[in-house]
Amino acid sequence: MKRDPLIFCLLLPAVLAFSGCQTMLTATEKAVTQAASIGMIHPSYAEAIKKSTSAVSRSIEEFTPEQEYYIGRSVAAVILNKYQPYTNQQANQYLNLLGQTLAQASDMPEIFRGYHFLILNSNEINAFATPGGQIFVTRRLLRCCRNEDAVAAVLAHEISHIQLKHGIQAIKKARVTDALATIAVESARALAPNEVAMLTETFGGAIMDITTTLINSGYSRSFEYEADQAAQTILRRVGYDPNGLVEMLMVMRKNLKKGESGFAKTHPAPEDRIAEIEKKMDVKYSQVRTLEVRQARFMKAVGKI
Amino acid sequence: MKRLRIFLLVTLFLCAFGLPLFSATQSFLSVQVKEGQMRSAPSFLGSVLASLAYGDRVELIEDKGAWKKVAIRKLRGWMHMSALTTQKIILQAGAADVQTSATSSELALAGKGFNAKVEAEFKTQNKNLDYTWVDRMEAFAVKPDQMQAFLKQGQVNPPKEAAP
Repeated sequence: MKRDPLIFCLLLPAVLAFSGCQTMLTATEKAVTQAASIGMIHPSYAEAIKKSTSAVSRSIEEFTPEQEYYIGRSVAAVILNKYQPYTNQQANQYLNLLGQTLAQASDMPEIFRGYHFLILNSNEINAFATPGGQIFVTRRLLRCCRNEDAVAAVLAHEISHIQLKHGIQAIKKARVTDALATIAVESARALAPNEVAMLTETFGGAIMDITTTLINSGYSRSFEYEADQAAQTILRRVGYDPNGLVEMLMVMRKNLKKGESGFAKTHPAPEDRIAEIEKKMDVKYSQVRTLEVRQARFMKAVGKI
Repeated sequence: MKRLRIFLLVTLFLCAFGLPLFSATQSFLSVQVKEGQMRSAPSFLGSVLASLAYGDRVELIEDKGAWKKVAIRKLRGWMHMSALTTQKIILQAGAADVQTSATSSELALAGKGFNAKVEAEFKTQNKNLDYTWVDRMEAFAVKPDQMQAFLKQGQVNPPKEAAP
């Protein structure tokens, strides 16, 4: 039999069409290996095909969870440069118990180093989530919560921003392209010093894009509404009352002063968020009936924050 | 003409034997997080059987939406897809399983791109930034049994049908 690479080129699309996206690489590899082993194509040609198909799957590649983790760390450092941590251990421990449990029920339970929560000693109503899993909530936002279900709602909303990759999407497209191009070079060989400098510059730019969005401009209204929706799903899965979110927003509405920094500037008005939630919810709002034992631990940890 | 005949023959061969073979062949995934949790059931309510390391290769046995039943060594259990990638992850030089001969384009190289080195470089350019509390908050760790105890103590009962 004459070994003709052309035959395989014609067959490859058919093979690809039959295999799902996820198994594309494996299926193609198997096909090529098999074709080579029965002498249909030359082994060296088989290698070339394997390389080109993997290049196709690479073009849609994103940042790895490990890279998101490093982005998150520096975004967190910038936030902590502007806001002081609230160092009460009991309160932070409670927030981590609740938050990390909620994260397990999200659509993205596993991120590189997990989810971590810290209270900010600030009189702003504010909260931030980095792409790396660091989540910050201010004391005054916690004061808008009257029960554990409401705190759960606040944390679930922030987890949802990470799950929906809102932070990463705040990075300017050109920067992402630059970064991925440099990283592609790095995969093939070690980076030269000027390339490390370039990557660091892109990194710094990405951190700026995200922190500017989080602190100053805020996400789009649709991103906030999406996060509210996803938060309610998480609350339901864990067993918290999704009305906790509406209830927290009602208190926030009373506490929020027009024109102040924080949520007043970066988020849609609480009443708009409530209206959007009620529009999408099949049941009307009813008061959260939290159990005594749950209320007791909420009061003990953050009730007087 | 000869080419066409060969083409048809091979197509037929693939349709008859090849494709079913491909779908039944082993498929592998890699753990893309520092510690990937393997659970007894396809839900966050399933108990944690083992913790797998970054770069571990697991064999896919069953696919149930976001949850994948996988096997590695003598372990079998469910992992959430957020912990897994179809890419092969190669650890940094010095690690036991470095494969220098593998083609680089299909690999996600651990520790490449935005990494500790880039962070260190970024820190030297931004000396005003303090990472003390970033490191400290990372140490706030909650174990799976603490989560279960927290839910139980607060009488938070996950509805069974809603578990992802």
